[in-house]
Amino acid sequence: MSDRPIISISGLRKTYRAGEVEVHALRGVDLDVQPGEFVSIVGPSGSGKSTLFNIVGGLTPPTAGSIHLAGHDLLGLTDAQRTELRKTTVGFVFQKYNLLPTLTARDNIQIARHIANNNGPLDPKFEAILELLGLGKRMDHKPRALSGGEQQRVAIARAIVNHPAILLADEPTGNLDTENSTAVLGLLRDLNQRLGQTILMITHNPEAAAYGHRIVRMRDGRVEVED
Amino acid sequence: MINKLVVENLKHRPVRTLLSVVAISIQVTMVLTLVGLSAGMLNEQARRAKGVGADIVIRPPSSSVITFSVTMPEKLIPAVIQKEPHVTAAAGVLLHGTDMFSYVTGLDMAQFNKLNGGFRFEDGGPFQHPGDVMVDSYYASEHKLHVGDSVTVLNRPWRLSGIYETGMLARLVVPLDTLQDLTADPGKISVIYVKLDDPARTQEAIASLKQKLKEYQIRSMEEYASLYSVGSVPMLKEFIWVVIALGVLVGFLVVFLSMYTAVLERTREIGVLKALGASPQYILNILLRETALLAVAGSILGILLAYVTRFTISHVIKGALIQAIVYDWWPITAGIALVGSMLGAIYPGLKAARQDAIEALAYE
Repeated sequence: MSDRPIISISGLRKTYRAGEVEVHALRGVDLDVQPGEFVSIVGPSGSGKSTLFNIVGGLTPPTAGSIHLAGHDLLGLTDAQRTELRKTTVGFVFQKYNLLPTLTARDNIQIARHIANNNGPLDPKFEAILELLGLGKRMDHKPRALSGGEQQRVAIARAIVNHPAILLADEPTGNLDTENSTAVLGLLRDLNQRLGQTILMITHNPEAAAYGHRIVRMRDGRVEVED
Repeated sequence: MINKLVVENLKHRPVRTLLSVVAISIQVTMVLTLVGLSAGMLNEQARRAKGVGADIVIRPPSSSVITFSVTMPEKLIPAVIQKEPHVTAAAGVLLHGTDMFSYVTGLDMAQFNKLNGGFRFEDGGPFQHPGDVMVDSYYASEHKLHVGDSVTVLNRPWRLSGIYETGMLARLVVPLDTLQDLTADPGKISVIYVKLDDPARTQEAIASLKQKLKEYQIRSMEEYASLYSVGSVPMLKEFIWVVIALGVLVGFLVVFLSMYTAVLERTREIGVLKALGASPQYILNILLRETALLAVAGSILGILLAYVTRFTISHVIKGALIQAIVYDWWPITAGIALVGSMLGAIYPGLKAARQDAIEALAYE
């Protein structure tokens, strides 16, 4: 791991306006993540971990503070620049898989490549990853024909197909049974170890969190403690 | 890839897709049927006018191509026209509307025979009595008439004296004197057909007639037939525009509703695409392509349905309606469908494109 963090967050604040009320979702978060690190973020509901996830993923801008992600200063980015960041630098894995129901597993992966203007055939290295994910024979099925575990593996494949600097996983095992949870977490660890994929994972589950190199605990919009 | 997504999205909701296509096709058929009927009826009238075999057509001042309510004195024929050099025959006819689409022609059989050798009868012959009527073979077959039958025209019974080959003048012909009496137009006619000894002298004869019959509408048969066009029928163009506007409105509403529900239903998917880095233009592009595909499918179906309406009009609805297939209007109606549909897709498309990714991903 290099000494220069791939994610560098300092004094990060995010304030929402919900009707007449201001909600301080993040109240000064400091966090550095090194390239190749697998970091688990845990915390109770309302602790700000999802907001942090959304800001790191370029889905919403921060209100104040500084955040650098793979060399990009996220504070000053326009909507279009954040869209570009999501296309090239970040990959998402969601709790509900979020595959497009009308497309096959293969096309769900291909559309992520198409959006990133990457239209050639899948490279052999990625085909090998698909084998690693155990999706070889299920690629031409639509999501409704896949189990939860399979859908989540497709979602992981989709998230890494454009070789993002950071893989963001939001409760990736939240909808899975124990067996599939273990399989998905094992895959994330494999991707981290074999490919050096940097992973930031939000979870409620302490067992899942233990798969990371370190655990960041959040409470009331701040990083409370790092294990 | 984007086309695959578009097709799969449309296949995902087959009933909604089918309903949208059918609704778009109806507006296409509506315009094609209207334009086809206009063209069919006008072409038929032009064909029947040409079938008279005259070289020159004279109409009263301030008359229009398709309306025959304005008349002129019958005596113009002996007083002016027959005195012209090169004129070999002239026949005046009086036309009177029987319903919205048809009219009855009153003519002097002796005059008319001189003009073109007369009618070719399939059954029976020319009228013998003032109360006789002749019909063309199309009218006879549509109404299952035979010579000797009683035919009600202008609210009175007539005896059918003959059935002639279609393609000349009106479908119903009665003696000129009788029609003049019935319509309180004694001595009046609507059109004068003139035959020359040499058709090459048509323009020369027209110039001479124009000097004597100032303000009368004097045209060669070729020019007269060419006037049977949509543009020369009062208000028809405007009526077609109204139907086109309705078509655009229907396309707009159908696609608006269809795409609006599609966008609501796919809120989460739009959020996913945005998370993957899809720009607002990318999202809009998907919806516009879906809409374009609906419009193209609707246009093709609409064109096919225009053949169905033509078949229905010619086989089921008995009457004088003739619908032509107007190929020139295929791209126009497809364009109308596309414009209406695209207008309908703009708001839902922009709504989708502007969707907040986080809210969209949280949508249940």
